[in-house]
Amino acid sequence: MELFTNQVLAGIATGAIYACMALAIVMIYQAIDHLNFAQGEMAMFSTFIAWQLMQWGVPYWGAFVITVAFSFAAGIIIERLLFKPLAKAPILTNVAGFIALYSIVNSVAGLIWDFTIKQFPTPFGSSPFLGSQLISTHQAGMIGVTLLLLLLLFFFFRFTRMGLAMRAAAALPESARLVGINTSWMIALGWGMAAAIGSIAGMMIAPVVFLEPNMMLGVLIYGFAAAVLGGLTSPFGAVIGGFLVGIFENLTGTYIPGVGNELKLPIALALIVIVLVVKPAGLFGRPIVKRV
Amino acid sequence: MSAAQEVVTEAPAIDAVPKRAMTLGYGTSLVMLAVLILVPLFVKNFIIFQLTMLLIYGLAVLALNILTGGSGQFSLGQSAFYAVGAYTSAILMETFNVNYALTLPVSGVICFAFGFLFGLPALRLSGIYLALATFALATAMPQLLKLNVFEPWTGGVQGLVVTKPDAPFGLPISQDMWLYYFTLVITIGIYIFSVNLLKSRSGRAFMAIRDNEIAASAMGIDVALYKTLAFGVSAGITGVAGALGAIAVQFVAPDSYTIQLAISLFLGMVVGGVGWLPGSIVGSAFIIFVPNIAEGISKGLSGAVFGVLLFLVIFLVPHGARQVAVLGQQLIGKFRKS
Repeated sequence: MELFTNQVLAGIATGAIYACMALAIVMIYQAIDHLNFAQGEMAMFSTFIAWQLMQWGVPYWGAFVITVAFSFAAGIIIERLLFKPLAKAPILTNVAGFIALYSIVNSVAGLIWDFTIKQFPTPFGSSPFLGSQLISTHQAGMIGVTLLLLLLLFFFFRFTRMGLAMRAAAALPESARLVGINTSWMIALGWGMAAAIGSIAGMMIAPVVFLEPNMMLGVLIYGFAAAVLGGLTSPFGAVIGGFLVGIFENLTGTYIPGVGNELKLPIALALIVIVLVVKPAGLFGRPIVKRV
Repeated sequence: MSAAQEVVTEAPAIDAVPKRAMTLGYGTSLVMLAVLILVPLFVKNFIIFQLTMLLIYGLAVLALNILTGGSGQFSLGQSAFYAVGAYTSAILMETFNVNYALTLPVSGVICFAFGFLFGLPALRLSGIYLALATFALATAMPQLLKLNVFEPWTGGVQGLVVTKPDAPFGLPISQDMWLYYFTLVITIGIYIFSVNLLKSRSGRAFMAIRDNEIAASAMGIDVALYKTLAFGVSAGITGVAGALGAIAVQFVAPDSYTIQLAISLFLGMVVGGVGWLPGSIVGSAFIIFVPNIAEGISKGLSGAVFGVLLFLVIFLVPHGARQVAVLGQQLIGKFRKS
């Protein structure tokens, strides 16, 4: 039983990573109705910017704020320049666009900062948290940051005019336009917010997985799995999904022999396929009905 | 959570491509064929090897084209089917001493079954979800191939070395040239099969599903069957391409079949023109030669060049090589008139 509890705790700690990423994925899905394959790479790029700022002597929180602001702006610029013209294009074109972005960001990051693994500092320290060997203060801090983000998002969407406008633009674009909401800018704002959340996720994850251009691939797949499990329409579901996926990953690793680190990605794949087959809307998502 | 369900009209997966626009005329086809037969006689062995790879990737892009251009389903997981084909062929040749030519149909059949089975969960998914599931498949495949359980057959991380076949009947041509013509014959066979498939009853069913799934099922088309069938056929052809690739490169290893390969194939399809089968070879040329050029400019920049070119294609010629070919045709027509 002790082993079980420990593994669940450790799972929650890793789950915080996925929850962060899943939150960013759901944000953009809500805004544009597409999954952004480049999300992970954008987060990675932001993290490199933070790293570079710190190399130049900027203190952690200064770099943190600058990076989040930069990512927000970059997200909006990317949407305005590259994806706004594609808004009415078929899905295939959008997927191709995401892949192009993925490839560009990955390659440029590799070119600027090369592929060597870099240490990324944590603001929370890495000593054991409350005397527990399983969760470090960094992981506890990461869980805290994720929950704080979720809370902020909840308040934003629930109690601000802007949040209401964004929800309206995502749910019924035509009607939203009729009541005077600039839906096109709401989408841009969604991109900006997703990029900003992604950058926070990146900076939280980097101390754990180390900083390098390919650091996000595994995390992205798990983030997808978490988002799918929680339901792509629900930020709350995404966070819960993240923690569940983390726990699931740890428990399968402990109790099923032969499942180790080398099967990490196939497990995520299996999870995605199972959820999509059994309950496509996810645990907390709304089912979507198609009109003929 | 409101009681009212969300109702959306889904954007089409891809632009509809008329059936006639999917192939080439007889004259052009024969000229292409003559070029493909004659060129290797005048170039060096290394270039012949590259031409062989051109045909092989052409086949893989063609397979994706049948799936996406034909039935309107996405796949970012073609590298997984390619890997299964390559490994099947390599294992049969090296462990069981099967003749290389006989391994191809086996690879095709195994990949067809694999694709058909993967098509079953894919039935529940459309558009972006399908892209996501196949994306996960492609990233998971190298790890599956590295598994200790399969190591006696797959050679684990090290991979397998494959022997290159000699020309049969004592023909006085090099191994590379023999392999090129061998690949060419198979490519032509599969191309003709694909063209006829799309012209057949099944092909029309694919296209009906692509253009409007609900209308197609109202017309009595078994949507589930044809969607999985498209997956199976596509995977089968990709598997044959993978098997040929393994023989040509003489080596299979898990890390040759990463998501990067799947992205390349997807890119090849977009560049060649979705739904235009002859465009597959153009797309394949793009994904083979452009990285070489990009790496010549700066190493590590090939990904960025890839991405930028892809954006250019999306914005300037959304129908890829097909659009360029049509434009060319119109220009020639004007030229003749004046």
